[in-house]
Amino acid sequence: MSERPPLAVRLVKGFAMFWWDFLVGDTPELFAAALAIIGAVALLRIVLQENALAVALLPLLAVIALAVSVRRAQRSARK
Amino acid sequence: MFAATSVSSGVIVLVGAVFLACAVEMVEALTIVLAVGHTRGWRSAFEGTIVALLALAALVGAFGPALVHIPLSVLRLVVGGVLLIFGMQWLRKAILRSSGLKAMHDEDAIYKETVAELEAINSRPDRDRIAFVMAFKGVFLEGLEVVITVLTLGTSAHRLGLAVITAGVAIVLVGVTGAIVAKQLSSVPENAMKMGVGILLVSYGTFWVGEGLKVNWPANDGALVGLVCLYAIVSWLLIALIRPRRALVGSEVSA
Repeated sequence: MSERPPLAVRLVKGFAMFWWDFLVGDTPELFAAALAIIGAVALLRIVLQENALAVALLPLLAVIALAVSVRRAQRSARK
Repeated sequence: MFAATSVSSGVIVLVGAVFLACAVEMVEALTIVLAVGHTRGWRSAFEGTIVALLALAALVGAFGPALVHIPLSVLRLVVGGVLLIFGMQWLRKAILRSSGLKAMHDEDAIYKETVAELEAINSRPDRDRIAFVMAFKGVFLEGLEVVITVLTLGTSAHRLGLAVITAGVAIVLVGVTGAIVAKQLSSVPENAMKMGVGILLVSYGTFWVGEGLKVNWPANDGALVGLVCLYAIVSWLLIALIRPRRALVGSEVSA
């Protein structure tokens, strides 16, 4: 017979599960895309000191990520 | 003059995002509370709701002031990232619903489902633990999203007070409307509201990720309006692009 984990463990687990569902959920591609967007813009702005390209690329990458995710959902609906 | 225009556009986007997000979540929470109240009695439903609201208020009290002490660029980068992800999720869902690839969020169905679930449980003591837990869970989980939206948007824009007041107005307005129309919450244009929230959250997310990474936006806060227009056009295009294909998919509409 397995023992119930202590309250602290359950709270931490519940907290982690909430954030996992909130940020990743059933769209891990959007989570990965957001991290990639932040990485790319950080590289452009902080390392290469490029502002104009960062201004253009930030929304453009978000639009691409959204379109790819919608297309992915459309494909899975067809199956 | 230009600065005043920029500030007001930022405020309008902030108020719009907070109001719509809170109204949508309130509709969802209210549907559950109404179902619990009608089926199991109002006493435990109200108690569950009040305890959930107190827990949420405690969260705001604990984390709200703490967020103010985080360096603004770090806060905006983290908040921007969270809003970007959250906003893209909302927008994706709203686009799929508008194009018919995903079933519309049906408050009537949720209401009936909750009622059926509760009616299957026969015992109804004076203090109904099941009704309390159902009402608490519904209000707390939907409310948690409201808290995250209000805290992140409010603190990053340095307008936490305005965000809290806007959220309060949205919650009271939906609450009063819900109490008047009782269970006819399905008449609320929820998908259109979710589309609006998604566009505003992605716009804010993009803007603050940029601010956090020291991007100098053209027209400062005014860039938010440009981002809102961009994402609105993109959403409309994506719906138009995938809608005709629905005929090919036929009955393969996912829930």
